[in-house]
Amino acid sequence: MKITTAACLLFITFLSQAKTWIVDQRKNITSIQKAIALASSGDTIRVMPGLYREGNLIVKKTLALMGVDYPVLDGENKYEIFTVTGKNILISGFKLINTGRGSLEDISGISAVQTKGLIVRNNKFENTFFGIHLANSSKSLIENNTLRANAEAEYQIGNGIHAWKCDSLNIRGNDIAGHRDGIYFEFVTHSHIEKNFSHGNMRYGLHFMFSHHDAYVANTFHNNGAGVAVMYTQDVNMIANRFEDNWGSSSFGLLLKDIRDSRIEGNLFAKNTVSIFMDGSSRCHFEKNVFRENGWAVKIQANCDENIFKANSFLSNTFDMATNGSLVLNKVDYNYWDNYQGYDLNKDGIGDLPFHPVSLYSMVVEKMPSSIVLWRSFLVYLLDRSEKVVPSITPESLKDSHPVMKNYDYHF
Amino acid sequence: MMKIAKYVAYDIIRNRFVLLYTLFLLIVTVSMYSLDSDAGKSTLSLLNIILLVVPLVSVIFTTMHFFNSYEFIELLLSQPVNREKVFISEFLSVALALSLAFIIGVALPTVLLANNAAAVYLIFSGVLLTFVFVSLASLASVLTRDKAKGIGIALLFWIYFTLIYDGLILYVIYSFSDYPLEKVTLLLSSLNPVDLARIVILLKLDISALMGYTGAFYQNFFGSSTGAIYAFLLLLAWIIIPLWVALRKFIRKDI
Amino acid sequence: MITISNLNKQFGKLRVLNSISVQFNSGISYAVIGPNGSGKTTMIKCILGMVVPDRGEIKVGGESIAQNSGYRKKIGYMPQIGRYPEQMKIGQVFDMIRDLRHDEKNLDEDLIREFKLDKLKDKRMHTLSGGTRQKVSASLAFLFNPPILILDEPTAGLDPVSVEILKTKIHSEKNRNKLFLITSHIMSDLDELASHLVYLEEGKILFNDTIDLLKEETGERKLGRAVATIMQRNLKAETL
Repeated sequence: MKITTAACLLFITFLSQAKTWIVDQRKNITSIQKAIALASSGDTIRVMPGLYREGNLIVKKTLALMGVDYPVLDGENKYEIFTVTGKNILISGFKLINTGRGSLEDISGISAVQTKGLIVRNNKFENTFFGIHLANSSKSLIENNTLRANAEAEYQIGNGIHAWKCDSLNIRGNDIAGHRDGIYFEFVTHSHIEKNFSHGNMRYGLHFMFSHHDAYVANTFHNNGAGVAVMYTQDVNMIANRFEDNWGSSSFGLLLKDIRDSRIEGNLFAKNTVSIFMDGSSRCHFEKNVFRENGWAVKIQANCDENIFKANSFLSNTFDMATNGSLVLNKVDYNYWDNYQGYDLNKDGIGDLPFHPVSLYSMVVEKMPSSIVLWRSFLVYLLDRSEKVVPSITPESLKDSHPVMKNYDYHF
Repeated sequence: MMKIAKYVAYDIIRNRFVLLYTLFLLIVTVSMYSLDSDAGKSTLSLLNIILLVVPLVSVIFTTMHFFNSYEFIELLLSQPVNREKVFISEFLSVALALSLAFIIGVALPTVLLANNAAAVYLIFSGVLLTFVFVSLASLASVLTRDKAKGIGIALLFWIYFTLIYDGLILYVIYSFSDYPLEKVTLLLSSLNPVDLARIVILLKLDISALMGYTGAFYQNFFGSSTGAIYAFLLLLAWIIIPLWVALRKFIRKDI
Repeated sequence: MITISNLNKQFGKLRVLNSISVQFNSGISYAVIGPNGSGKTTMIKCILGMVVPDRGEIKVGGESIAQNSGYRKKIGYMPQIGRYPEQMKIGQVFDMIRDLRHDEKNLDEDLIREFKLDKLKDKRMHTLSGGTRQKVSASLAFLFNPPILILDEPTAGLDPVSVEILKTKIHSEKNRNKLFLITSHIMSDLDELASHLVYLEEGKILFNDTIDLLKEETGERKLGRAVATIMQRNLKAETL
């Protein structure tokens, strides 16, 4: 809402008194630097196609910088390209390449410090150290940008979209690959991450810390080094996202560490080593998610409590749930488990026997990971069977008392 | 050699026990694939049965057949053929007949109903396991003259490879859980033909389980062509070595 | 034809053959008898190469049988119990053995004909009576016209008509200069079929000469009585 108002304001100023400057390498104004210097607040600068090597562009006025047919801004592996501070600045339609790199400074394609109402839209980033870096900014929109990097190791590269101490951001429809973290949030509140595609990043598709009252909706996190991490946060809504193909020895679909009062709803978790790993989290609500073909669908540490798993579908997972303790203070109810072997005599659609989603062998593997080599052997089958008859090691209280007989019909 | 094997195999194929075995496999396979729409899952359920039943039937049938054919083997030995030929023919005829039962019972419906990579591995492993356990049971048969004892030894082989060996591995993992054991467990488990077949199939199938912490290591190894060749050679060794020992014994044996 | 020299065999602690030396010649049929456990079966199995002797040598037609299987072309063997793969047909059994020895052309199918086995060609082995299986065994033994025939209890289980057919066959083959080794518990049969007697006891050959000589020595007219007499004589010698 606020962002739209800002955009309207920009539009109105543009109509009334704004001037448009054209940067063209064959005409009067050949450099963007010069145009920025000439322009006054409220003006528009249109940049014609071409290769611009102008080092660091500092924008402090309220300007609309618009590329035509993606003019290329080259940082020559030395400079930050845009450094922005101020209100209602628009940057769109550029191709930003080859920023410098730094181990101490976060050199970026676009760095915004203390901005308000910033719009970054339809840009292409290639080989930038950080893509878009926001600090102490608010009410900004980052939309439909494409960010590509191809580093070989984590320390060689920064994050795609990095936000620190921000408020009311809207990050929408971006496509981010090859960075350290696709999207990085630290101390960011009241923000919205929507319909982004974060894939093939070295560490996390989304890295999220100390960021309360946020939502991320309908994003796809695919094949990132360690999946998505959400930590030290309360009140996050994670809805209708896809967590897919996060494979590797310390890889998760979704890592939840110290999360409270959050909702995880309608997501698809498919083909992850561990689709949800929960540590020290409380009062989270998991509903209508689908867990499909994961190694572990849910790994819940014993220090989690008052979480609710309801009406989820567990399909073709190697282990449905695993935990490391015997005391379980979470509620699991009305889920569909394809491993359930009970019956429904009264035909109410609810299995008459409770389902214990934690198998003995999942606990053995938890303690001794290399014992996975015996998975699906006759020995393991016998162990699991005998444990089902006389539970002695697996937590008796972790059970679904109302396993539904028919799979929920969730579509993705 | 193939002359004897041809006639004996023909005889075994018409054996009631083998016909029942074929029918059992066929019913199980077809029902597995028609019960579950997910072919991968059916293949997985089938895997358990195959790892258990194929070795069991192979050892029991081979020893029973050997002792029931004792007089016939005697008759063959009174002919101008050498013992190697008679013994290898007996082995081949049993192994081929049981493999044929497996191919009709499992491979055909699998190819028709679920043509995936894992199923191909399943078929290969099933046939190889048949040969391995016929070979082991042949050894059990020449170790003693007593039919009951022979079947007893063969069953010991079976329970050792399907259960006891895995228990020992688990014990090793448990005892040395503070050490990095990936390579050791991989080596240990690959030395057991049943485990080897299971792991190779699982890596094609239930990769989610094994891809996890240590699984990536296995996947890298068995996913490579070196790993596949290693697995094949090991299974081949499990066929040839017991058979060779059995043959040595049989040549020196007093019939 | 068969020369056995200094043959020794021990099963565990039990000494089954104790330095046996004997020669069997063509044109003669030998009755091999002795009490149970005397070593006659072991001796026959040694000749057939089924039991490997601890010491000693066996030559068949001049060649040593050790590490050799080709010499068995010269031997037709009829086992005491003939058990065959159950689902095989009679015809297939003959086909298989013929296949195995396909280079041999001089076949003798008299017994197959006389026992009328060719009419039962499509019967499966498990449907046959013990007698019929014996007929199959006998026919197989004679099939390749071998110069040596080893018959283990040949008449057991056969009906009287078949026994006569077999006996006639043995006689006619004997006249064709063949060597027979026959074991039997039926002394009258041996009396009729054999001219020589090899008597074994506790791994030793106690008698090896013509049956006529044995009868003369013991003063008995029937082989059965004669054998009984020498058995008793040995018993006395032992107790003395």
